[in-house]
Amino acid sequence: MTSLRIFAVGGLISFRALFHWLAPSIYIPSLVVAPLFQILLFAYIGRSAGLASDEFYVVGNAIQYAAIPCLFAMTNIVGGEKFQQTLGAILVSPAPRLPLFFGRAVPVVVNGAFVAAFALLAGTIVLGVDIPASAIPSLAVVILVAAFSCTGLGLITAALALRVRETAVLTNILFGFLLIFTGANIPLDDLPGWMQNVSDVLPFTHAIAAARELADGASLTSVLDLIGEELLIGLVYAVLGYSLLRFFEIQGRRHATLDRS
Amino acid sequence: MRTLRLLAVGWYYQFKAIARSPFEGLFQVIYPLFFATVAFLMFRAGTDQKTLLYASLGAAVMGMWSATSTTAAGAMQRERWHGTLEALVASPPHFALILLPITLAMSTVGVYCLVATLLFGRFLFGIDLTFEHPLLFALSIVGTVLSFGALGFLFAVTFVRFRAAWALGNLFEYPVWLIGGFLVPLVLLPEWVRPISWALAPTWGMNAIRESSLGGTPLPDLVVCLALGAVYLTIGILVLERVLAAARRRAALSLT
Repeated sequence: MTSLRIFAVGGLISFRALFHWLAPSIYIPSLVVAPLFQILLFAYIGRSAGLASDEFYVVGNAIQYAAIPCLFAMTNIVGGEKFQQTLGAILVSPAPRLPLFFGRAVPVVVNGAFVAAFALLAGTIVLGVDIPASAIPSLAVVILVAAFSCTGLGLITAALALRVRETAVLTNILFGFLLIFTGANIPLDDLPGWMQNVSDVLPFTHAIAAARELADGASLTSVLDLIGEELLIGLVYAVLGYSLLRFFEIQGRRHATLDRS
Repeated sequence: MRTLRLLAVGWYYQFKAIARSPFEGLFQVIYPLFFATVAFLMFRAGTDQKTLLYASLGAAVMGMWSATSTTAAGAMQRERWHGTLEALVASPPHFALILLPITLAMSTVGVYCLVATLLFGRFLFGIDLTFEHPLLFALSIVGTVLSFGALGFLFAVTFVRFRAAWALGNLFEYPVWLIGGFLVPLVLLPEWVRPISWALAPTWGMNAIRESSLGGTPLPDLVVCLALGAVYLTIGILVLERVLAAARRRAALSLT
């Protein structure tokens, strides 16, 4: 029961306390308006380059933009403890680490999925993209899996936040990599071979591909393999992230560097 | 002469400080390269590959704008957070002469972005660089930096009442990239957007840089770019007077 409380209540409180972007003055410009302009920018570049349809960019960028809330929030609600000088108090407590860290990831996934879903909705309306209504529930599943997958990567950046001071630089650079490699704006077939190999193991690549197929009218069962791969990638990142968190916690204790910012 | 010296020393000091900041210096140079890479790959994969140099110049100026928009919007607030705002406002020179070099230094960091993006395109994507009018190209860059700095100054004084001014500055990153015609010809945008584009100095700065590089008549664009920069500066000074007067009246200058 205690673990469940730490997972649910602790996770939500940490999210609300440490993810400062929840203030409307930051949330609206950064997580509501900015993704729409990213969609518009790349849709128009796509028109200019004669590369792909508007639907391609709406779906790709809406899902890829979930990287901002997932990476930043996950990093902030673990690394933020260090800057608030509460990290030591938390890690000295007997709270089990699994619910402590994964409980914080749940609101991040939900928020990331909301940001992507809203961007998708706004992008389709503004650019007049036609997505069948029957695809909406399946798209919701894909978006949720994409947000989970990227939050897994966020756990790694959260762990690094225990060591790295400039977390904003780190997360923005990861965002840039995801922008290039996930096929959000460039068809994967047009990427060089080595880039395609990298994209195969990144969050979003399979989710974006699945969402594009769904938007074209495919059924959920026909993209289950892509969703499964995305889920698996997310799980691998989450396990890696958790292991890194534990590793840096032990290192921090050993070298008395937990609170060093 | 004293005014010029203050501007020059302020710019030099701020530029050195910003260039050594991981976020405002190094990151602002690296970050636009991601967008440049996407643009290069999109244009290379698209139907018209002759536009790569066009994209290269556009991506380069995108970087210049990135270096200015987010950081300049929070420039005045940054002084407030550092606890130096009151001392700077109370000093004898007009506060505009202290704030302007800060935003100019931020836009000057954009020159790093410009050079980095052009070289990145040249060596990784094989984009041949041509400078039909090298002198005018250099002048266009200087003019664009000045106008970006003036727009950053306007952002800094306009957004000072917002606690999260950086988020508002960040918000203007994508729209200016789009409607400034950096990578998308203005004719592709809806007609109602064009007057907004014309009111933006970045649009004219971009045109001047492109015309001087690809061949054309960059001078008219450069003059409009500088004129708009002067307008932003004038409006900014007027806004600054009101903001400072209100803050003095309410003793709210240092409130965060």
